[in-house]
Amino acid sequence: MSELTRLSAAELADRISRRETSAVEVTQAHLDRIGSVDPVVRAFLHLDGDGALAAAAAVDEGLQRGDAATSPLAGVPLALKDVFTTADMPTTCGSRILEGWRPPYDSTVTRKLREAGVVLLGKTNMDEFAMGSSTENSAYGPTRNPWDLDRVPGGSGGGSATAVAAFEAPLAIGTDTGGSIRQPSAVTGTVGVKPTYGGVSRYGLVAFSSSLDQGGPVARTVLDAALLHEVIGGHDPLDSTSIDAPVPPVVAAARAGATGELTGVRIGVVSQFRGEGYQPGVLHAFETAVSRLRDLGAVIVEVSCPAFDYALPAYYLIAPSECSSNLARFDGMRYGLRCGDDGTRTAEEVMSLTREAGFGAEVKRRIMLGTYALSAGYYDAYYGQAQKVRTLIIRDFAAAFEKVDVLVSPTTPTTAFRLGERVDDPLSMYLSDLCTIPSNLAGNAALSVPAGLADDDGLPVGLQVMAPVLADDRAYRVAAAYEAARDATDGDPLWSRVPDLTEDRLSGPSIDTEDRLSGPRIAGVVGR
Amino acid sequence: MTAGMTTGLMDYDEVVARFDPVLGLEVHVELSTATKMFCSCPNVFGAPPNTHVCPTCLGLPGSLPVLNRAAVESVIRIGLALDCSIAPWCRFARKNYFYPDMPKNFQISQYDEPIALHGSLELQLADGSTLSVGIERAHMEEDTGKSLHVGGATGRIHGASYSLLDYNRAGVPLIEIVTKPIVGAGARAPEVARAYVTALRDLLRALGVSDVRMDQGSLRCDANVSLMPRGSSVFGTRTETKNVNSLRSVERAVRYEMCRQAAVLASGGEIVQETRHFDEASGTTSAGRRKETSEDYRYFPEPDLVPITPSDEWVEKLRATLPELPWQRQARVQAEWDLSDLELRDLVNAGALDLIAATVDAGAAPAEARSWWVAYLTQQANSRGMELAELGITPQQVARVISLVRAGTLTNNLARQVVDGILAGEGEPDDIIVTRGLAVVSDDSALTAAVEQALAAQPDIAAKIRGGKVAAAGAIVGAVMKATGGKANAQRVRELVLAHCAR
Amino acid sequence: MPTISRGEVAHLARLVRLAVTEEELDLFAGQLDVILNSVARVREVATEDIPPTSHAIGLEDVFRDDVPGPCLTQQQALSGAYATEDGRFQVPRILDES
Repeated sequence: MSELTRLSAAELADRISRRETSAVEVTQAHLDRIGSVDPVVRAFLHLDGDGALAAAAAVDEGLQRGDAATSPLAGVPLALKDVFTTADMPTTCGSRILEGWRPPYDSTVTRKLREAGVVLLGKTNMDEFAMGSSTENSAYGPTRNPWDLDRVPGGSGGGSATAVAAFEAPLAIGTDTGGSIRQPSAVTGTVGVKPTYGGVSRYGLVAFSSSLDQGGPVARTVLDAALLHEVIGGHDPLDSTSIDAPVPPVVAAARAGATGELTGVRIGVVSQFRGEGYQPGVLHAFETAVSRLRDLGAVIVEVSCPAFDYALPAYYLIAPSECSSNLARFDGMRYGLRCGDDGTRTAEEVMSLTREAGFGAEVKRRIMLGTYALSAGYYDAYYGQAQKVRTLIIRDFAAAFEKVDVLVSPTTPTTAFRLGERVDDPLSMYLSDLCTIPSNLAGNAALSVPAGLADDDGLPVGLQVMAPVLADDRAYRVAAAYEAARDATDGDPLWSRVPDLTEDRLSGPSIDTEDRLSGPRIAGVVGR
Repeated sequence: MTAGMTTGLMDYDEVVARFDPVLGLEVHVELSTATKMFCSCPNVFGAPPNTHVCPTCLGLPGSLPVLNRAAVESVIRIGLALDCSIAPWCRFARKNYFYPDMPKNFQISQYDEPIALHGSLELQLADGSTLSVGIERAHMEEDTGKSLHVGGATGRIHGASYSLLDYNRAGVPLIEIVTKPIVGAGARAPEVARAYVTALRDLLRALGVSDVRMDQGSLRCDANVSLMPRGSSVFGTRTETKNVNSLRSVERAVRYEMCRQAAVLASGGEIVQETRHFDEASGTTSAGRRKETSEDYRYFPEPDLVPITPSDEWVEKLRATLPELPWQRQARVQAEWDLSDLELRDLVNAGALDLIAATVDAGAAPAEARSWWVAYLTQQANSRGMELAELGITPQQVARVISLVRAGTLTNNLARQVVDGILAGEGEPDDIIVTRGLAVVSDDSALTAAVEQALAAQPDIAAKIRGGKVAAAGAIVGAVMKATGGKANAQRVRELVLAHCAR
Repeated sequence: MPTISRGEVAHLARLVRLAVTEEELDLFAGQLDVILNSVARVREVATEDIPPTSHAIGLEDVFRDDVPGPCLTQQQALSGAYATEDGRFQVPRILDES
């Protein structure tokens, strides 16, 4: 594999802007890498090689003319989750109902990326309409975890996380409604950030749950994530919920954090997110990470957020309720799939046949669950109560952030689980989002940074860092400091230990030559 | 399509002898803002299909609404004019139901948190009495697209029929104004319904917030009607009649529903709570397709829009922009024009007051303005079966005609011909004078020639005049008038005849 | 006693326009019951005096000026349509409007 694909986005942008390498060369290297590993990991639903090379060439031409780089990421390739509209590529949201749909407009995130000279390689796989924690709910087949091809890459943004972990792209964009950026990042050993709600425009992000959805960066390093965050963040008049305030200084925070100093920073460990249901290897990695933070000078405090225990049920009422309404528009009348229109059926019948054929089981389940929760007789008992839990969670966060600067927890209770393991058990699948959901309900910033490998199965573990609303920079600072310390202790960054997929192929899990772990991975049942 | 049960209709006098009607009127008004409610597409009537659409009003995946400030200001002004209180905090909700003309399959509307509530509107009825109608609420929502049904000729057979959708109207700002139940109108219920819609239309027009064109659908009325036995205070089951597209239809639809429901009830039947369709041609209502499942709109707060919190300062600023409202204008005009109550009422009933006032505003004297609207134009409206306001002549045009008569350019006879031209769509008064050649001939040389000709043609009369019989001049004046096609100023012609004979 | 019956699931499916199969009805009735029983816990904590939260970030009064902006072209608007006629979206016949 070309060395270019293993460089950070920051390094690539630097080399491109100094014209040590060209954006076209960088893009081609990534397209080549995709060509060799994507048949195995299946991170992409759509590739736009020509478009990417043209965009890269435009960046090179600008630099050749002597123009300043359009952004600190000009010429860097990126994988875009297939939930953002793109005028020049299909947008399917991993659903049959939108197969081949070409939107007539770009999302704001898409536009900002283009304006920044970021090169869009293609669209990444995802659980259908972002509903899922394994990417197995994609209508186009699952994405595989590059650390172990028999395992899921998390979800819903498994495609974006995998693209980054497998060196198909140095950067990706995900969306996080209940953990769909952070959980895949945790189980693929990447950095994933859910910015403060309203920090990144949702215009052109196909809605799953409008009050929770938030786009954000995926990268291999905290600094890369920060650079991408600043490109896509900021106020958008096309999104009424977009915050009219400057993007928090996340790049500066990432750089400051990387100096490795956390003296006086107060870090709260959420007591609710430990114990029963957590994989021992995950908890151990988490404890190790916490002690590393302590070593960096942070003050570690135990913080109780009792309402967090109710976040999961509240989420599984609010998100399905909003999705039941958001997905009503997919009816085959104006775009997308249409089934059963034989000239005799009514619009109503064709809508029902189209939605039946076009949606997968999880989407149908959530639509019906949400419809139930919003129904006249049940609204108060379900949706109304869930909205009250939301208030309690916001209050818990507020109380916690009186005492500490950030909160930490494992990102997800287990490492990557096996393909098929939870498909038929929705509740166990939902548990993947246990620790990530509170920040969606409260709207605050949260990220996942790799916290090494679990000692029981050798798979990546994520450390979640949660910060107050619009204090995204705090999470970046802590994560960057932790990342630097971890890499220093380990001798190399975690991402560098991903198996070499070009040799691995689909011959089953094996220990890669670059994998420094000794002993076979434990495939046993993971506690939850 | 079934015309409903053939229970028939009860005689109206019997209906009101046995039942008390309860009315509830829901009026939808399309605002005349420059752009739509939640996107910046132009809000224009009659554009080619699907040309005033964007991702948001087409409901494309990923699109988001952003609220039009001018629409909020309009509804606040409407609320203030209806004496409503303006909510210090309110929200939008989603009303969820599937219908192809609704691109998102939900409508962004206001549910339990409307922006304006608890007001009233004073009506003046034909007999001079007044009635205050309680306003429950006024709230904001978005309009739907329009569907066109093709191939229905095969009737009930499932043939090749289909529908075509145009979303230009989707997202146009709508204000829904809902009355409190109107009880006690008795036999006058149809008249009250009409008077309410008329008063509301005039108010909205005065506010300048809407075109209020019922024929174009920018003002639509749904009439809820129920009956209760006289003396009872328990409301009966109501029906909601839609497709009521003119003031006259409002009255007819209410009256028809009263007679229909009374017949059903009298024969021991039950009224079904349903939506009914008014048919202009037959003047009847018919039931829509019965829903398989009861409607459950699953309202919940619209997550894509944030709450609205009109400050006192903003509301007061908007209050200061309210124009003179119709009832204020009536009081002022009555005093200024020195009208009796009866005269005023006749003008109001004829729908002439605002037109006269606007004509006065355009420079005409009140008496002349009144005379034109209540005499010749009312005649014309009646003969065409139209409302005065629908005649197609503007107060400005009437004022211009009046000023031309004053200036001597037109005689009264010519002025009527000019007005006829305007009503026939021939353009502005000055253009019509040219195209129809209607100006008074006041050019003395042209008139002198005509006078000489007439005198030469009737030498005996000419001799009489010369002989001092001045009265004989009338015959010559008549001849000149005839020769000039009535365009001559008769007074001037007479002067010229006498002057000529005196020479 | 299940929280949700098979009949209720069928009703929900009709309401949201899903032509579900008989097998799906069985599957979803069972799964929705399990899920609803699990999420019903939200009723344990939140009491009367707790206000509901619909928007986590307390933004208010976000408006747009009433100034026309660009539209899609008719061609763009119709680009995703299954069928069109005379610049309009063609859809199967719509009931309830005669």
